[in-house]
Amino acid sequence: MSMTLLQVVVSGLLLGAVYALFSSGLTLIWGMMNVVNFAHGDFVMLGMYTAVVIWTALGGGPWASVPVAAILIATLGVVSYFLLVRHIMKGPMLAQILGTFGLALFLRYAAFWTFGANFKTLPDTLVGHSFVLAGIRFDGPRLLAGVVGLVVTLLLHLMLTRTAMGSRMLAVSEDATAAQLMGIRPQRMQALAWALAGAATGIAGALIATFFYTSPTVGETLAIVAFVTVSFGGFGSVLGALVAGLIIGVVESLSAYLIGPVYKDVIVYVLFVLVLWFRPQGLMGKA
Amino acid sequence: MLTTSRRTILLGATLVALGFATAAAAQETVKIGAVYPLSGNSASAGEYSRKAMEVGVDVINNGNAELAKIMPLAKGGGLPGLKGAKIQLIFADNQGTPAAGQNQTLRLISEEKVVALIGAYQSGITLTASAIAERYGIPFLTPESVAANLTERGFKWFFRTTPVAVDFARAYSKFLREQKAAGRKVDSVALVHENTEYGNSVASVIAEVFGKDGLSVTQNIAYSANSTDVQPQVLQLKEKNPDVVIFISYTSDAILYTKTMKELNWKPGIMIADDAGFNDPSFVKTMAPMVEGLVSRSAFASGKPGTVPYIFNELYKKKTGGDDLDDVSARGLEGFLVLADAINRAGSTDPAKIRDALKATDLKADQMVTGYDGVKFDDKGQNILGSSLVTQMRGGQYVAIWPKDRATADVILPYKGW
Repeated sequence: MSMTLLQVVVSGLLLGAVYALFSSGLTLIWGMMNVVNFAHGDFVMLGMYTAVVIWTALGGGPWASVPVAAILIATLGVVSYFLLVRHIMKGPMLAQILGTFGLALFLRYAAFWTFGANFKTLPDTLVGHSFVLAGIRFDGPRLLAGVVGLVVTLLLHLMLTRTAMGSRMLAVSEDATAAQLMGIRPQRMQALAWALAGAATGIAGALIATFFYTSPTVGETLAIVAFVTVSFGGFGSVLGALVAGLIIGVVESLSAYLIGPVYKDVIVYVLFVLVLWFRPQGLMGKA
Repeated sequence: MLTTSRRTILLGATLVALGFATAAAAQETVKIGAVYPLSGNSASAGEYSRKAMEVGVDVINNGNAELAKIMPLAKGGGLPGLKGAKIQLIFADNQGTPAAGQNQTLRLISEEKVVALIGAYQSGITLTASAIAERYGIPFLTPESVAANLTERGFKWFFRTTPVAVDFARAYSKFLREQKAAGRKVDSVALVHENTEYGNSVASVIAEVFGKDGLSVTQNIAYSANSTDVQPQVLQLKEKNPDVVIFISYTSDAILYTKTMKELNWKPGIMIADDAGFNDPSFVKTMAPMVEGLVSRSAFASGKPGTVPYIFNELYKKKTGGDDLDDVSARGLEGFLVLADAINRAGSTDPAKIRDALKATDLKADQMVTGYDGVKFDDKGQNILGSSLVTQMRGGQYVAIWPKDRATADVILPYKGW
């Protein structure tokens, strides 16, 4: 019993690290420019398709697909910023919401058009087999995704809090005009934020594709988790997203195992509402 | 896309009509309306069904020597009961919505003057389309919609040839009891089902039938089909270690369960998947090597050469350029043939006479394209002889393993998985 319970917790932690990984891009953009990127889930979806295409066309595993997806989705982020987000930021809040939502639909249906509606999966041997360590079973693809998730979110956090570049980005997010007076170019910083967010999201997609299914609508399923993780952890806090991701992963796994899978969402959302009740800014967000 | 497909169909229908008009002006045609999804999410299923039914129309109108030995209607030259009248199938696109299904049904009845209707794939659309047919007094036959409530409305003009949940449950139960008699362990059964109408209703029917038959359901796990993670559920199974697991799942969850079971290295002695997700071509294409020996159900298996399913499958392959009939398209074709048989026996295009003929339908198993024991309707219009073949995954495709007289391969257990 206790061994199984331990297995549930470990599975939950690995799941949580993956949640953190694909939420970090969303929280970064949210925190940097107060824009909710509704197309976030579809960025993940395109990262996943990148991995699928690289495997089917070239037989390449995550070592090839992760860097390619990072570059591709980062480019997509920058292009979206210059062609769409930069303009809608001048408009009312509603325009921002509908703008990125429109982008989400565009990407989703472009994927339908290009890849078809069928579910794709990568062979599970791509990242090596699962193994047993101290009685706990670890699955290769999930372990890789979890570890990379931890590393990438921590690196993003350190970059934002410990480097001059991070300080410049935070300055723009706090007061773009003042930052400009200090010689920082807001647009360049914001484009950089979209590039970083895109890269993290691309990495997430390419890794998730190794153990999940890929379809044009998969972004929808993942985006909900990302939004919950980000508001739970605190808007704009990468570290918050990491902590929240881990908590949500473990709570989901434990409640699904102990109470039943149909109740796990109820428990996660009750916890979510409670956190927002006592800390509306999220666990680690700024008040 | 929508306008093109509809226009193409109209054009096709017009050309067919013109062909008949010039070739045999004296010959009567019998118009049957077919309401199917030809656009939208389920368009591929609608398209396969359309092609299968067109094969049926061709056999009845133009004959097939091999089939004529078994099926009286396959001699060619149309319906003998109506002095050789040819059948014309008029397709209408239900667009995947109940409202469009209703409108198209109305159009087929009032504009095209069809004498009977067939359709409409999605249960929700069959619900509204058949209500229109009921109001106008036109027989409506559904070959594939399985929602339980369809036959509970007290309709007088509604017929259903497909087996429903209780038939599937009986097939699984009989199959498992035979395995038990053969010495396999089937003392505990776990049901794992998605928690919308499909999963809930099928699971509860299986639990009920199994209870009566003395099979004990020890675990009942409901989950949401769009879950991002199913590890806890697989761990629950692993801990209780049931002898048999029955999955009632859609495609995305079928993929996750299959992958997660391998990751956590657990499999039951017998694993059954209730059709749906585990039969989706995109699942079979990529996941088959991980579910070797998985038991499922299908209404169709191509069977031995010289049988009705085999010959129809060959004709269908020729028409589609290599595709096999599948569970949905075979059931569609079956429904069409039942309707054609009834119209022939009615000897009239009067809808009321066709309905009476449908009620008197009594087709035997050897006439079936599908694995049904035959077709005979009860008072509610439900086929009481509908049954399923039990199939098993072997090297990338499902083969029929039960019942014995229709099996093309032996049962191989325990479940191998990966």
